[in-house]
Amino acid sequence: MISVQGLYKSFGDLEVLKGIDLQIDKGKVVVIIGPSGSGKTTLLRCLNVLETPTKGIITIGDKTLDFSKKITKQEISAFRRLTGMVFQSYNLFPHMTALENVMEGPVTVKGETKEKARKKAEELLAKVGLADKVNLYPFQLSGGQQQRVGIARALAMEPEVMLFDEPTSALDPELVGEVLKVMKDLANEGMTMVVVTHEMRFAKEVADEVIFMDQGVIVERGSPEKIFTAPIHERTKQFLQLIQ
Amino acid sequence: MVKMYLNNVWMDSERLERLITIAQSSLLPLVKGALFYTIPLTLITFSIGLVLAILTALARLSNVKLLQIIARVYVSAIRGTPLLVQLFIIFYGLPSVGITIDPFPAAVIGFSLNVGAYASEIIRSAILSIPKGQWEAAYSLGMSYTQALKRIIFPQAARVSVPPLSNTFISLVKDTSLASVILVSEMFRKAQEIASMNYEVLLIYTEAALIYWVICFLLSILQDGIERRLNRYIVR
Repeated sequence: MISVQGLYKSFGDLEVLKGIDLQIDKGKVVVIIGPSGSGKTTLLRCLNVLETPTKGIITIGDKTLDFSKKITKQEISAFRRLTGMVFQSYNLFPHMTALENVMEGPVTVKGETKEKARKKAEELLAKVGLADKVNLYPFQLSGGQQQRVGIARALAMEPEVMLFDEPTSALDPELVGEVLKVMKDLANEGMTMVVVTHEMRFAKEVADEVIFMDQGVIVERGSPEKIFTAPIHERTKQFLQLIQ
Repeated sequence: MVKMYLNNVWMDSERLERLITIAQSSLLPLVKGALFYTIPLTLITFSIGLVLAILTALARLSNVKLLQIIARVYVSAIRGTPLLVQLFIIFYGLPSVGITIDPFPAAVIGFSLNVGAYASEIIRSAILSIPKGQWEAAYSLGMSYTQALKRIIFPQAARVSVPPLSNTFISLVKDTSLASVILVSEMFRKAQEIASMNYEVLLIYTEAALIYWVICFLLSILQDGIERRLNRYIVR
């Protein structure tokens, strides 16, 4: 489903990703962990080209982008539609209601009729437990509710892969659970997911695979049991000690 | 001396009557000047100026060096020279190179260029004030630059730019009085014509000033309404 080959990304002189290779099969949930500055968020953002890699090849589904070649804006837009992105700071559109936020992609990008998009948006908002909040603006919702709208908005584009960039990091502790529950449901439905998070319990319970990144490389990867109970690399051990 | 003068001017009931008659008879021509010239000139130039401003702001924000330079030079030239001089160049200067423009269109060109330059900085800062995450959220849904701009960025930038744009608009209403020097029969030119016939300078110009004030007052009420509407999705 996802294949990354030889991915490099620099910001000026700073090399953030130093040759990432990665395979993720359809329906798998992959959690990326690592210290801040390890490149995990940059890797995620490269997957939907919010950051343009310096070089490397990314394949998602049947589309491939080779960043050593010239890529058109249309190719990038088409590529982005394969993935849905959930942001740490939600990034809901503040001038639209929850319903309008979820309808926006299908109507503007896919050209769906408003009736069809509204029906789908209502279903998605019900799915994330917000059936009674459809007509509220983001400022009227709690952080957890906003993030669930964010998930519904991404799902409305019917992506093949969902990307989560520290989706619960900005939330008050008591609101984390409601967002994780929605993500778990999604995983159980067979959605392919790549999640950057500090929620180790979520990783243990839901992930098929955990990837530990540090200083721009993948240090270690494996099942949650393996990574959390028997890590091989010294850096992985140190990191896990620090957060537990 | 002062007292005598006051007596002369104000205590004479015949004179008071004359003033009232003149005030009444000049009101209609002044209001006509406002309705047929001042207000249309303001609305037309503000609309054109706003389009120019948006294009200029987008050129400034684009990655194309040439567009950036053109926009910078335009804004710098307009902001760096007096509006009165610009109007003179367009109306009195251009005919000497064979370009003759009638008063009203000349005023439209001059004022539009002016509004375009000043408002472009307002639009540019309003666009820059929208968090980067809004662009990213739009792009992540697969939107193009134009779609993101139209659907996500502009509606939010509009809210930010209403107060400063209202300033520009209200300034423009008053600046249109400068069109009198290029022979547009707007309200202030009407006032000059009337005053030159009856010499009641203080009365006529005060009357004109009051009409400008009324127009600007109505505009500020309109501004409040627009702000309220655009603020409906913001926490208060």
